[in-house]
Amino acid sequence: MINQSQTLQNKTLRALLPGDALTGGGTEGGKKAALAEIDASCRVPVLFFFLSGLAWLLAGTILALVASIKLHTPGFLASWEWLTFSNVRTAHLNTVVYGFASQISVGVTIWLMCRLCRIPLVAPGLITVANLFYNLGVTVGVGGILIGDSTAIEWLEMPRYATPILFISYALIAVWTIVTFRLRAERHLYVSQWYLLAAVLWFPWLYGTAQVMLLIEPVRGVVQAAVNWWFAHNVLGLWFTPIGLASIYYFIPKVIGRPIHSYYLSVLGFWSLALFYNWNGMHHLVGGPLPAWMITVSIVASVMMLIPVITVAINHHFTMVGHFGKLKYSPTLRFMVFGAVSYTLASLQGVASAVRSISEVTHFTHHTIAHAHLGMYAFFTMVMFGAMYYILPRITQREWPSNGLISLHFWGVALGIVLYVVPMSIMGFIQGTMLNDAAVRFLDVVQFTLPWLKLRTLAGLLLAAGHVAFVINVGWLLVRMFEPYRKPVVSILTGEAETVAAAKLP
Amino acid sequence: MSYGPLLFLGILFTLATSWVGLVLLPHRQMGALGQHTDTNTAAIYPADRSGEAQQGAEHYRSLGCVYCHTQQIRPEGYGSDIERGWGRRRTVSRDYIHDKTVMLGTMRTGPDLTNIGERQADAAWHYRHLYNPQITSPGSIMPPHAFLFDVRTIGQAGRSTNALVLEGPFAPPAGQEVIPTRRAEQLVAYLRSLKSSGDLPEAPVKKEEAQ
Repeated sequence: MINQSQTLQNKTLRALLPGDALTGGGTEGGKKAALAEIDASCRVPVLFFFLSGLAWLLAGTILALVASIKLHTPGFLASWEWLTFSNVRTAHLNTVVYGFASQISVGVTIWLMCRLCRIPLVAPGLITVANLFYNLGVTVGVGGILIGDSTAIEWLEMPRYATPILFISYALIAVWTIVTFRLRAERHLYVSQWYLLAAVLWFPWLYGTAQVMLLIEPVRGVVQAAVNWWFAHNVLGLWFTPIGLASIYYFIPKVIGRPIHSYYLSVLGFWSLALFYNWNGMHHLVGGPLPAWMITVSIVASVMMLIPVITVAINHHFTMVGHFGKLKYSPTLRFMVFGAVSYTLASLQGVASAVRSISEVTHFTHHTIAHAHLGMYAFFTMVMFGAMYYILPRITQREWPSNGLISLHFWGVALGIVLYVVPMSIMGFIQGTMLNDAAVRFLDVVQFTLPWLKLRTLAGLLLAAGHVAFVINVGWLLVRMFEPYRKPVVSILTGEAETVAAAKLP
Repeated sequence: MSYGPLLFLGILFTLATSWVGLVLLPHRQMGALGQHTDTNTAAIYPADRSGEAQQGAEHYRSLGCVYCHTQQIRPEGYGSDIERGWGRRRTVSRDYIHDKTVMLGTMRTGPDLTNIGERQADAAWHYRHLYNPQITSPGSIMPPHAFLFDVRTIGQAGRSTNALVLEGPFAPPAGQEVIPTRRAEQLVAYLRSLKSSGDLPEAPVKKEEAQ
């Protein structure tokens, strides 16, 4: 990586490569020792976040399958009140969003922040305690949903008695990330750090506002809907998206050993996202009982999202051009590139769905569900899997035990999510067209959706198979932590670039 | 862009814009919206909800009805909400001022319920539908809510007056009857209270349709 970039001026290089990839004086061995020290400092808290996140992923997957089956076979497990479709569906959303995705996000954020600031994590025990509180909060919250205490406010269903625990953990994590940032040894800021800092500052603000205005001192009438969608859409755009983009900006250059395409595009992409995304939420209420100015302003902001989306797409995809051969060897790169392409697609689909004439059809249909999974899964979750493939061997100092399981994971979830998103998007569009034709009986629309809903259950099974393969591989990796380290012939731990990873993946 | 404080302020400023624009301003604009009194008829809209129906709204929330049923009517010419007879006019902010939790919904796996109290006033229909949707709406994918009912042995005094009239495959075993629980009664009271078609200056009901 260093040889390749020697031709570039050092100043330009600093802006285009992650801080921990720079030489920064000192010997090569000294640099590796410093990175190993950072990784070791992150080991316990990051493992806690990853492992509990994966446990929630398995729980969320089972809940998703049950919900999916219930929608085409309503008699399935119908006699248990705590397992109604609404409860299971809501528990699924909350386990995967707060239990899985947010926890993996925190793990990745901590590790990336330490690496990019080039300092070991200070007081890792504190973050570990925050993790325990966090899991307590999710457990109480999901339990509350299943016993019927759901607030019925989308993305904020956890009852009032669970959310303060989550908020305190979030605040601890945010403060600690900022402390790490303040203590940084590397003064240059890489693009990933902007996104990470923004995410940890934005989220507690969003969550705090929503909690106060919806649960603690509820506002009146449809202002609730405005606050609800301001929060719910921003969770995606200002919490998950920045962490996803920060990861792509870090891992793609890192794995292929090449600087990002353009510094200026990364600046434009970041600030246009910051300016426009947070105004998007009301596009979930097109045609709804809110003042027209609110909905119009959100539609305009949604269309303006084309700027950050296209900017980031050019920056990510042009960095990759000419390096697609490396997808054969690096699981990280495979998942990252899948996620980066999905980000572009999900965003374009989102912009289209915000436009009044298209929203008229797709609103209230499975098209929106498909869109949510394209964003949260095909983009975000895939990026998080990719990040874990890179981080886990480094913090455990062990190689991935099975290439076969890596391939099973990738192909299971990649095919699964395509089989989910593509048919559901098409089905939602037809469903919306039928709903808008008053001559079509409502029950005929319901009957039309059934075969497609069964196909979704099949897609869910593929996703589940992928998740199980990944969890087995992670478990096996952990078992190896307790065995003496045997260096294989080719190791991903000897070089920073992952392109020297073991064997070619099937 | 390596200057931390500038980054920090920029991050806070950008979110502050929509926090003011989409959260605080709407709260100022609509947070104190009240009932409307018709100057001709002195009718007050929206009318207060009975205690029974308010209890029912809590069950509607707790059971998660909102995940499949919306409570909003889109304007005429935008979607088929009015053509389908789901409402006589679009819904507006004032329709929701009594709702403890506003449940507009985002998904129409089932039909809209904004005016279900007007469209289906028969309580017996609602009980049978909740007990098993296949009775009233064959082919529906709504889950049966049998847990909102008690099945019990018919007593000495004969069949209870509030027992559900069930036939064929849905009938309980001989000598047994199906009785709505308090929760079912409150939920049905809430459903029957759902009527958002009062004439408002901001959302007038067309006169010929209002008959």
